[in-house]
Amino acid sequence: METLDLSLVDWSRAQFALTAIYHWLFVPLTLGLGVIISVMETYYYKTGDEEWKRITQFWMKLFGINFAIGIATGIILEFEFGTNWSNYSWFVGDIFGAPLAIEGIMAFFMESTFIAVMFFGWNKVSKKFHLASTWLTIIGATLSALWILVANAWMQFPDGMHFNPDTVRNEMADFWAVLFSPVAMNKFFHTVTSSWIVGSAFVVAISAWFILKKRELDLAKKSIRIAAVFGLLGTLLAAFTGDGSAYQVAQKQPMKLAAMEGLYQGQNKAELVGFGILNPSKSSYDDGVQPFAVKIAVPGLLSLMANRDLNTFVPGVTDLIEGGYATKGKNGEVGVALSAEQKMAKGKLAVEGLKNYKLARLVSNDSLAKVSKAQLEENFAYFGYGYIKDKKELVPNVPLTFYTFHLMVIIGMYFILFFALAWFMNQKNTFNSQKWMLWLSLLGLPLAYICSECGWIVAEVGRQPWVIQDIMPANMAVSQISAGAVQTTFVLFAVLFTVLLFSELSIMIKQIKKGPEGLNH
Amino acid sequence: MKKALLSVFRFYYEGFREMKLGKTLWLIILVKLFIMFIVLKIFFFPDFLGSRFRSEDEKADFVGNQLIERTINP
Repeated sequence: METLDLSLVDWSRAQFALTAIYHWLFVPLTLGLGVIISVMETYYYKTGDEEWKRITQFWMKLFGINFAIGIATGIILEFEFGTNWSNYSWFVGDIFGAPLAIEGIMAFFMESTFIAVMFFGWNKVSKKFHLASTWLTIIGATLSALWILVANAWMQFPDGMHFNPDTVRNEMADFWAVLFSPVAMNKFFHTVTSSWIVGSAFVVAISAWFILKKRELDLAKKSIRIAAVFGLLGTLLAAFTGDGSAYQVAQKQPMKLAAMEGLYQGQNKAELVGFGILNPSKSSYDDGVQPFAVKIAVPGLLSLMANRDLNTFVPGVTDLIEGGYATKGKNGEVGVALSAEQKMAKGKLAVEGLKNYKLARLVSNDSLAKVSKAQLEENFAYFGYGYIKDKKELVPNVPLTFYTFHLMVIIGMYFILFFALAWFMNQKNTFNSQKWMLWLSLLGLPLAYICSECGWIVAEVGRQPWVIQDIMPANMAVSQISAGAVQTTFVLFAVLFTVLLFSELSIMIKQIKKGPEGLNH
Repeated sequence: MKKALLSVFRFYYEGFREMKLGKTLWLIILVKLFIMFIVLKIFFFPDFLGSRFRSEDEKADFVGNQLIERTINP
């Protein structure tokens, strides 16, 4: 048996997390602000009011800075797939490659073509063509996000593929099942609408800064009018799609849901924790320690969220490890949940099937190959459990998942009130005179980023140890390279991305201070 | 056709020439791409399988063996 340095797995995870978190600082602003400038330009197109053109150009300049600094930061993630996660890269085959390739082509042709018209085309192309280019740029950016999110969703809910033991790769069996998987669709709409919140919070915050400085009051008022409505719409849609995502998590990744809610013992009419502080003394699901120090919970709501029925049973961490509770299949058939040990045994059978199949092929023993392949296929749904040493590995980091989930929800709820209030006060002309509201608006910007990043932490930490749900754990996916090399590149990335972030902030702040005067590209 | 291509060229040429802030941003983009593709990719992020094996069969064998060897008592 090959031994694997655990610090290699952890450093590889940390490096990927660092890169993804930095990358995600740039993406949501592009997706959110892009729609806002498109709406602003639509106002300009419809009214012919030059003030709307000036407003559009100002926000477009900030959009351009963010776009330029953030561009290609996601490519580093692909470098990491090839170097640090080579087993995973090979194993996923074209399922991961196809959406990423489509994303690359789409991003290149749509975004790069129309973004040039967007920035260079003022007064050179017709107003209509310019407006179309602005919309197509952001539609292109949003569709790029779709393909990335489809790839990510497949890792959370692997579907539409067939494992080929000869090539040791998963092969796409049903492209539409991968593209339109319910996890992918919910993830896409939730991610995009939550990015609209970031874009709106950005516009409201900078507008509030202008008001505090008693500058550009008309620009600020008009910008807040659009951003507050768009932010409110984005937050409501994010809440709706978030509910859809939570339902999918409950069905496909129940351990993640249990971690999100700090639910150790399953319950009928399971309660949803609105606010809670976890008991720091709890170190394991089976230590008998109460999971919460304090909590405020609503009975039945978690059952409603997880199963669309207030009275149903939601399994906790212990149930998911020990199994034995009643389940319902796709067609309503009743079954009994397997325990972690049973799944681990099936996983080992699957790996044994693969091993024997390879040996049989080597010695041209067709009958053994056939039997071994059948054994592999029969147990493939649990393949990843064959690499789990201790069933406790199957429990993700509960405190991190729980707190980030609740922080995301609380901030999201806050934004519904905030954007509604911002819109109302702006309409009543009281926004500018209330300093507390201006400061709240400034605070909204970091809150929006924290909320957005928390969403990804919930999605990715909550599914550990899986790189591909139930099929491949992180310790199987990682390449056998030295942990030192990963540490080195971790530091390099931290430096590179921090420099990029400070460059962006420095250029952005300088341009905001300049305001819309002296606009140039 | 030639006229259309010329006007597209002029559109981009004038657009790039008239840039002010854009020049700084392009400089950042180029430096970033240089660091990513020339420094990081070549020296720190070689293709793990591609740099060790030539054929697809060799790569499949290697990953297959990894899948078998890393398991616990298969």
